[in-house]
Amino acid sequence: MEAVIFLVCAAAVLTGAFGVILARNPVHSALFLLMTLVGIAVLYLQLAAALVAAIQIVVYASAIVVLFLFVITLLGVDRLEPAESTVSTRRLQTPVAVVLGVLFVAGIIALAGDTWATGARSVRGRLGPARDGNVETLARVLFTDFVWAFEITAVLLVIAVIGGVVLARRSGRRETTAGEAGA
Amino acid sequence: MDARDLLHLAWVIPALPAAGAVVLLLAGRRIGEPRAGWLATTMMGLAFLASFVAFLALRSLPGEARVDVAANVSQGYTWMKVGGLSVDFRFLVDPLSSTMTLFITGVGTLIHAYAIGYMHGDARFSRFFAYLNLFAASMLVLVLGSGFVTTFMGWEGVGLCSYLLISFWFERESAAVAGKKAFVTNRIGDVGFLLAMFLIFRNLGSLGYGSLERAADLPGSTVTAIALLLFVGAVGKSAQFPLHIWLPDAMEGPTPVSALIHAATMVTAGVFLVARAHPFFEASAHAGTVVAWVGAFTALFAATVAIVQNDIKRVLAWSTVSQLGYMFLAAGIGAYTAAIFLMVVHAFFKALLFLGAGSVIHGLHEEQDMRRMGRLRALMPITAATFIIGWLAIAGVVPFAGFWAKDEVLAQAWFRGDYALWAVGLVGALFTAFYMTRQVMLVFFGNDRRDPEVHAHESPWIMLAPLGALAGLSLVGGAINLPFTTAGLDFLAHWLEPVFEGVPEPHASSFAQGFLLSTVALTVAVGGILIAVSVYRRGLSDPERDPVAERLGPLARVLENAYFVDAGIARLVSGPLSAFARFLAGPVDRDVVDGTVNAVGESTARLSGLVRRLQTGLVRNYALVVVLGAVLILLYVVVRATF
Amino acid sequence: MSAAVRITSSYYLVLAAVLFTVGAVGLLVRRNTIVMFMCIELMLNAANLTFVAFADALDDISGQVIVFFTLVVAAAEVAVGLALIVAIFRRRQDVTADDVSMLGG
Repeated sequence: MEAVIFLVCAAAVLTGAFGVILARNPVHSALFLLMTLVGIAVLYLQLAAALVAAIQIVVYASAIVVLFLFVITLLGVDRLEPAESTVSTRRLQTPVAVVLGVLFVAGIIALAGDTWATGARSVRGRLGPARDGNVETLARVLFTDFVWAFEITAVLLVIAVIGGVVLARRSGRRETTAGEAGA
Repeated sequence: MDARDLLHLAWVIPALPAAGAVVLLLAGRRIGEPRAGWLATTMMGLAFLASFVAFLALRSLPGEARVDVAANVSQGYTWMKVGGLSVDFRFLVDPLSSTMTLFITGVGTLIHAYAIGYMHGDARFSRFFAYLNLFAASMLVLVLGSGFVTTFMGWEGVGLCSYLLISFWFERESAAVAGKKAFVTNRIGDVGFLLAMFLIFRNLGSLGYGSLERAADLPGSTVTAIALLLFVGAVGKSAQFPLHIWLPDAMEGPTPVSALIHAATMVTAGVFLVARAHPFFEASAHAGTVVAWVGAFTALFAATVAIVQNDIKRVLAWSTVSQLGYMFLAAGIGAYTAAIFLMVVHAFFKALLFLGAGSVIHGLHEEQDMRRMGRLRALMPITAATFIIGWLAIAGVVPFAGFWAKDEVLAQAWFRGDYALWAVGLVGALFTAFYMTRQVMLVFFGNDRRDPEVHAHESPWIMLAPLGALAGLSLVGGAINLPFTTAGLDFLAHWLEPVFEGVPEPHASSFAQGFLLSTVALTVAVGGILIAVSVYRRGLSDPERDPVAERLGPLARVLENAYFVDAGIARLVSGPLSAFARFLAGPVDRDVVDGTVNAVGESTARLSGLVRRLQTGLVRNYALVVVLGAVLILLYVVVRATF
Repeated sequence: MSAAVRITSSYYLVLAAVLFTVGAVGLLVRRNTIVMFMCIELMLNAANLTFVAFADALDDISGQVIVFFTLVVAAAEVAVGLALIVAIFRRRQDVTADDVSMLGG
């Protein structure tokens, strides 16, 4: 059973990934991304990480993808991207990138063939059965061992919010002023 | 305070004119004319007094103690100590240097005083005297130095001052060129001096004069090399063939300069050097012969050129070259005392002649061509009288000083068996008498060929007084070394004997022999005088046509241009050297050296231009490079894991 | 349909690797900035997947905690990044990364 789920999800993930990079319409890319993200969420479930899966869906699959779609429509970039780069000397980029990609995968797979597990166990907390979702364990570890990181990420979020507002607002204000002056 | 203590203070002698020079260089303009001149003259006078005191102190010591090099050095300091070389800046008073300082400061004081009158009204009056004092200080350092290096310092100093003073009126291009010529020619000789010093240090381990006693221990080839190299330096400084070319041109300088530097003192530095370093010349089999023959040749060569010269100072310049040749003749054969004797009396009468010529030039308002002079005896009686005394001295007429000195030189040649040298010297004496008489006739006697606009007048007393003093010295100066050895009248020879210990001093085998030689010399001199008098008795009927030049025909032109030596050197030496220099400056320096440096810069720029293209500004390229790096690291890990 | 193959953690790791590579190549190839951002998200997810796989393999909750943080940071990054893109490309119609090369030498 596990194998089937894995196969299906893996297929979904990879299809989505290739779709992201190959789709010419950015909106299509966003949707393919969504597909990938959901596939990964299911894989998380399989790996006894239910809370993480839930968070993945809530934050990534919905919020972030929606954010992408917002920006795409806001900027009107759903138009198709030109096939050739505007800069003529960048023709080597694609072939080189593909070669590098192949090398990279080959390398990883070569390494992945070996046994990875070092035998270390349960430093922080043991995983429970997949059904439980490990919420308690996760929460306990998060708020004791990782509380410092937790607080900092909270600050990070605040900064990100402020940053986002400031960045997006400034150009907006300039435009309205120019518009008012012209009118 | 005993005599030795006084000798330790010998540094005062050069310090006095040096101080004068410093003061005049810094504050000369404010001191102004004529006080600057009097300051400089006073310094020289004080230096003379100091020299006299040193002379007396030295004289109070017994004979051998006078040349005790270690004990008689003055206070000073160790200038440099590098490896095995230790050079002291100290002064040595011995009979030789004492003699030199006496006539340098004595004649120098007289010339300084004369210059106060001669340079009257010059815009750079104070500067002139600063240079004169600086020169005197350098010359004194030269002769008083306790070692070759200190002497060389003075050597270079006088070369510098010679340049500064020759081109003193540098607004005239000919003067500037002459100054450069003098300096460069001197420098060529200096190379010889330097090389000799290298060899001396290498073989003797020390450059002090105390090391000279070991010169005889060195192998023959080494001493010959050292001696000849020192002589090269002397040739440059004392204007012997072939480095004589600068002295006639040096007449561009003011006449006091010609008198002091190019007659009485600087040019004698070469002879002094040979005398000082005589152990090398004595130890060498052939160096002395070279010196003597170069001197003899130059003496005759310069004398022949002098007979057709028309510039009053140029005649004297060639005369100086010739007389220096006689000094080297004497030094070369080992007759050092005769050489020094001639040097001293030559200083007297040559300075007198130059100053007299300067008086004539001054009186005729800068006229220097003898063809436009004549019959000045009446208008400038004192100048004429003193000049005549100088003339008789240089011609070698008894009892004037020059007779005794020149006679001594020729006699020494005869006594040592160098009959060929004696003959050359005799012929040269004939010419000397001839051209000097010619000069006196053309200037003071004969017909009046002056430009009617020019009003001749006698010079002021400040110029005439030194003339008189020098005339007196030219008259009685011979008394310092009369050849009556049995009567002990050869004071100079006795005085210098400790310095030239070990050098044979032959004398006349009998009184008759000596008397006969002197008579021959005197006859030749008088003969030359009479010939010239008869030719120029009535002056020149046509200023452009000199009777002797007519007689010589095309040879006259050769003599006038000094056998075209200057032109020859220009064609053979300066020409190729300039071409070589141009080659080095052009293809070598500009293209190769600069080219290499520029190429380095250019290639760096080009390389950076290439590298710059990595900075595309495109995010995707940078990301590509990042991924590339990651892949490389990954591959490295894989490879490590596999093997 | 029984599972003849046992799905070890290696499978997940390989999947994550491939996903990462796809994202990296996409980042290098695509010129549309928004799509480039999405590729970055792919790479981040691949990393997350790796962490969770290891957490499962090593029986240690730390891996999931790290994923937690990665998610947070990714969210913040997307917010700010998109705001930047909006700020830069507001006036343009095309959003190609190649157009912005002012820092080039």
